Amino acid sequence: MSNPLRDPRDRRLPRIAGPCGLVIFGVTGDLSRKKLMPAVYDLANRGLLPPGFALVGFARRDWAEEDFAQIVHDSVKEHARTPFREEVWRQLAEGVRFVAGDFSDDEAFENLRTTIETLDADRGTGGNHAFYLSVPPKFFADVVEQLKKHGLSEGPPGAWRRVIIEKPFGHDLASAQELNQVVGEVFDSGSVFRIDHYLGKETVQNILALRFANTLYEPIWNTNYVDHVQITMAEDVGVGGRAGYYDGVGAARDVIQNHLLQLLALTAMEEPVSFSASDLRIEKEKVLSAVRLPKDLAAHTARGQYAAGWQGGEQVPGFLEEEGMSPTSTTETYAAVRLDIDTRRWAGVPFYLRTGKRLGRRVTEVAIVFKRAPHLPFEATATEELGQNALVIRVQPDEGVSLRFGSKVPGGAMEVRDVTMDFAYGESFLESSPEAYERLILDVLIGEAPLFPRHEEVELSWRILDPVEEFWASQGQPEQYPSGTWGPEGANLMLARDGRVWRRP
Amino acid sequence: MIQDLTDTVASKVAAAFVEARHRAGIPAIGMVGTLVIVTEEAGHYDALRASQEAAREHPARILVVIRRPGRGKPRLDAEVRFLGDSGPGETGVLRLHGELAEHAESVLLPLLLPDAPVIVWWPGEGPDAPVEDPVGRLGQRRITDAAAAPDPFQALLARREGYHPGDTDLAWTRLTSWRTVLAATLDLPFDPITSARVACEPGSPSSTLLGVWLSRTLGVLTEHEESEGPGITEVRLATTSGDIVLSRPDGRIAQLSRPGQPDRLVALHQRDTVEIISEEMRRLDPDDVYGDVLAGVGQAG
Repeated sequence: MSNPLRDPRDRRLPRIAGPCGLVIFGVTGDLSRKKLMPAVYDLANRGLLPPGFALVGFARRDWAEEDFAQIVHDSVKEHARTPFREEVWRQLAEGVRFVAGDFSDDEAFENLRTTIETLDADRGTGGNHAFYLSVPPKFFADVVEQLKKHGLSEGPPGAWRRVIIEKPFGHDLASAQELNQVVGEVFDSGSVFRIDHYLGKETVQNILALRFANTLYEPIWNTNYVDHVQITMAEDVGVGGRAGYYDGVGAARDVIQNHLLQLLALTAMEEPVSFSASDLRIEKEKVLSAVRLPKDLAAHTARGQYAAGWQGGEQVPGFLEEEGMSPTSTTETYAAVRLDIDTRRWAGVPFYLRTGKRLGRRVTEVAIVFKRAPHLPFEATATEELGQNALVIRVQPDEGVSLRFGSKVPGGAMEVRDVTMDFAYGESFLESSPEAYERLILDVLIGEAPLFPRHEEVELSWRILDPVEEFWASQGQPEQYPSGTWGPEGANLMLARDGRVWRRP
Repeated sequence: MIQDLTDTVASKVAAAFVEARHRAGIPAIGMVGTLVIVTEEAGHYDALRASQEAAREHPARILVVIRRPGRGKPRLDAEVRFLGDSGPGETGVLRLHGELAEHAESVLLPLLLPDAPVIVWWPGEGPDAPVEDPVGRLGQRRITDAAAAPDPFQALLARREGYHPGDTDLAWTRLTSWRTVLAATLDLPFDPITSARVACEPGSPSSTLLGVWLSRTLGVLTEHEESEGPGITEVRLATTSGDIVLSRPDGRIAQLSRPGQPDRLVALHQRDTVEIISEEMRRLDPDDVYGDVLAGVGQAG
């Protein structure tokens, strides 16, 4: 029976998850404390969680329920986006449970099952539970198999069980397929939610709004007008405490394979028939399958390692000198690749992707750089300072969109110079932007999947990246670049070969 | 910083806005609309404070219109508050003296932001037919508050007669959190509902609207019961297998009981004006559901 109180015209009523619970594995980790638990609170505070919602923590800690509730309380107080309200906390705290044990511990999983069954009876979670695997990927198989073994992977009839996994989704095509097989044996593909938190960001979703809700951009969004596209994700930090994890992974696997290729897909894809999960994925997969690597990988890719230097007024060590890092590591901390897309829309428009650590500043953006006007009816001197028009989608920080175009400099002479027209999310929709994790967790609980990459997309991305990784593996040591700069000289040469330059983001 | 302009005209107020922005080094900012607050001298402070808070979420040019009719010479006094100290967006407090008090729209028209939507809000007693009001006519969204009228029920009846799409009332907005929980409750399977009952402190127009909404959507009679408050204290839906009850005695946290299920706590605090006005500014298209509910006020069943 449909709910008589719901009316599609009644848009004041928010989408709210049905009765359910969330189980977090690895609940003591940083991600869980800083992002997941605060996001759960923020959802509760916004009234988007069902009455009776349950939050179960699973970790190898000798904790009583109260200890865990205290941990949740502290992490919420410290990291939640919305103000702390006692009554919201009381509602949430009622449903907080803790199960101690490690992933090989059968007894712990039996406890988990009893806990969940009790919740269904006491709190009315209705058998609907999502399992968030906030654990290193090597444990995915253990956890998933335990869930199956103890009858947790399938709920009672009519109820759902979902599993949420975080990147990395493998380290190459073969391992991604293996991982998918492990998870796929227990959960069907519609119940697996791969979180790429970038896709939960408002600005990333805004790429779709910008492109498909307006008449202004779509006509010029093609090879006739676009010269090239630059997608950048720069970090100002080094590997820091993640040296062990990072060695052997590198910038391309860590960032290009997921975030940057997803940004590329959203920027380059054709208009989906609808914004449903399957229609969006069809278009994303289509465009990813049309991506072509350059023939000469030496000329059109670049990589580097940050060397010691000064960054933003601070002296920082080089990558090879980081604590716990092998001094002979060939792992790259900077990666840039040129990709082409073999479609009518994008023929001849290169997409340059770059990412790195210890770069000039922290920024993620997509820049569409347009061709120059075919004819300039001015004296050559008048347009000396005129660059190429560019549309820049700033994903973070300072989310927004800016447009660079030429404008007359005031004065007697005709002189044209670049100016910027700017839209900042923070100005027009202040403080309303939910955290990416809030959006994504709510989507999992509601069962809406458009913002989650499917394993086909993951595998297509590895297909693109694997040959580059293989090539790099044969090239020895990456080029060094001083910390606090915009990357190695090789990256500049890579664009110079095409007669272009990197923008300074 | 506040700039006072006495005995001035709208163009000078507009110039003061532009100058203030240039001085702050922000020549164009992303304001989403103009919020016009029509109020009395006594009520303007609270309304302005609430809307400036709301403007953190929806940066807007806020224009406060204070009418001071009387016999003196018609005169416009304005206070322009600079960006930064009053939050994002910008604020102008306009005092209209003498005969000018009857011609507020002439002052407002030149000060509305181009293209962007205009919202008119009467925090106190508003007109019966907002769209026929000279200031109300400027807005695509017209916000009244029946709870601020001397006789809230009469105010609802009058607004029903004067309704035009784009009208909305804070008495309706205050119900959103109740309606959200009630709707979520019926997302689960439930037995046929036979009647509904709303308990509320006396004189609340919100309970009238909630009653009409329940009657219309559920197709049952809704009874009203007076309680000590604060606000609405209980909604009871009688089903063939027992009552679904959402009760909130303290204005903060509610208990949800339903047949065959454990009781649960639900955070359901009484929202302040800032939250209410922020919600109003979130959507600027006509609220058809409110229109339907308002049409049912005062009708049997």
